[in-house]
Amino acid sequence: MSANEPRVVLDPTSEREIALRKRAERISSLEGATIGLLDISKPRGDVFLDRLEEQLRGRGARVERFKKPTFAKPAPVDLRHEIATKCAAVVEALAD
Amino acid sequence: MTSPRPELPAGLVAFVKRDCPTCELVAPVLAQLAEAGTLTVYTQDDLNFPADCAPEDDTSLERSWHHEIEVVPTLLRVESGAEQERIVGWQRDEWEAFTGQRGLGPGLPDWRPGCGSLSVDPSREPELRVRFSGSRLRARRVEIASAEDEFEALFERGWTDGLPVVPPTELRVMAMLEGTRRAPDEIVADVPPDLAPCSVEKVAVNAVMAGCKPEYLPVVLAAVEAICTDAFNIHGVLATTMPVSPVLVVNGPIRRALGMNSGKNALGQGNRANLAIGRAVQLVIRNVGGGRPGEVDRATFGNPGKLSFCFAEDEEGSPWGPLSADLGLDPGVNSVTAFAGEGPRCIVDQISREPDSLARSLAVNLRTLHHPKLLMAFDAMLCIGPEHARVFRQAGWTKKQLLARLHELLLIPGEEVVRGAGGIEEGLPESVRSATLPKFRPGGILLVHCGGGAGLFSTLIGGWVNGETGSQPVVREIGE
Repeated sequence: MSANEPRVVLDPTSEREIALRKRAERISSLEGATIGLLDISKPRGDVFLDRLEEQLRGRGARVERFKKPTFAKPAPVDLRHEIATKCAAVVEALAD
Repeated sequence: MTSPRPELPAGLVAFVKRDCPTCELVAPVLAQLAEAGTLTVYTQDDLNFPADCAPEDDTSLERSWHHEIEVVPTLLRVESGAEQERIVGWQRDEWEAFTGQRGLGPGLPDWRPGCGSLSVDPSREPELRVRFSGSRLRARRVEIASAEDEFEALFERGWTDGLPVVPPTELRVMAMLEGTRRAPDEIVADVPPDLAPCSVEKVAVNAVMAGCKPEYLPVVLAAVEAICTDAFNIHGVLATTMPVSPVLVVNGPIRRALGMNSGKNALGQGNRANLAIGRAVQLVIRNVGGGRPGEVDRATFGNPGKLSFCFAEDEEGSPWGPLSADLGLDPGVNSVTAFAGEGPRCIVDQISREPDSLARSLAVNLRTLHHPKLLMAFDAMLCIGPEHARVFRQAGWTKKQLLARLHELLLIPGEEVVRGAGGIEEGLPESVRSATLPKFRPGGILLVHCGGGAGLFSTLIGGWVNGETGSQPVVREIGE
């Protein structure tokens, strides 16, 4: 091509348009709220989450426990849906 | 992008180029025809040729390309914009019958073949096809400003792996797509972490950037399919803090067809096919999948193989069948195997000439994978060098025999690996103290034969979390 022609390249990315969603409302109080605790299946995650559950219950929250089948893959869609349906907020815990 | 097909004027139409002795030869004939009636001459290279015919400019080759001129001179008869007939080269009686005029080119030889049209010149045709055929490609076009350096522009857009990439122009991507029969818009896989649908075209764009030749593209496509399976789990392989990424091993005759390296320095630098194929796969993860270091890629250290890690197995020199056959394909099938692995580490044993001694050497090194006290969690790829393979060949050890012996040697007493054993807190729970446990799960050691002919070495490539919860080695047949 001649030197005067525009240099055009093809976009190597997925060109996806990122959908912007509003964040969920922050909860104003733990009293009576259902808080999800998601164990990602790393060793000793339960140690951390057990303590967290104690603390949350002490402040009047209801606690639901969840667990990913493996830390190595994203949480299955059904699990994500269940958490979103049941809980006002979720804490996802890493460990090791 | 499509260029409409330009019509030709009614009457006789000739296509010529100066750089053709036959065109030079028939220049007086064209002058004769021009004088006698309607003749339009299109010149492909020199606006002053033929001087006596007031030639029209087709140096862009747009008319020549659209009207499929393959030879010059070509003489056409056109009515109402439609070609009726054409002849090529020079043959007096043919030209006389075609034009209805007698006595053309007195003194010329009766016959001369023509020359190739510039519009089918192999060095020009691909570019002309891109320019005039209308593009089948869907990717967004990104124009680079005249003041921008094109290589810097690609860095700035975040599209490279830290090294310069080949700018993916439409011409180069079209040429790359010639390497496969698959349609550009066919979806190859949903690439994690964004789970973005990735077309053959997008793979081709990234393959261009990586430096691939078109014939490498089918390997890249197969590798992208392999890593994007649930079994391989590229999402986890990318997101982990561990230093792993796809290690690609190519089997079958395509290794030779592409000139891949399975010999000296097989895992190193210097071979275009090895390097570019591995790099293209990594660029697909980055650019299409959105997997970038520090973002979803959380690696603590990473490893240089995350730029590219691809090599071929030396099947011809191997005492055993290929890796792909161990994973279920017939020997001789072109395939690529993806293994989630870290950087390679050399195992030295320059003394052992007995197979059992060498197996023990390999086993004690395999024991150390990730940590000598961690068992069953990780697979390993063991590249047996030719000089080590010779020891097993001479002793008549099959691959199965060697693997059985390695697994046997790697049965570990629980008391050695429980937490606190050896003064090391890391380890397995106290409950396994009285058990005997294997270092590797069944099938957890993959053997590959490769490397140069000198050096009593093998190489260990450690894996990542294995099985259902992590990553399984995945083999994919390479299509066309």
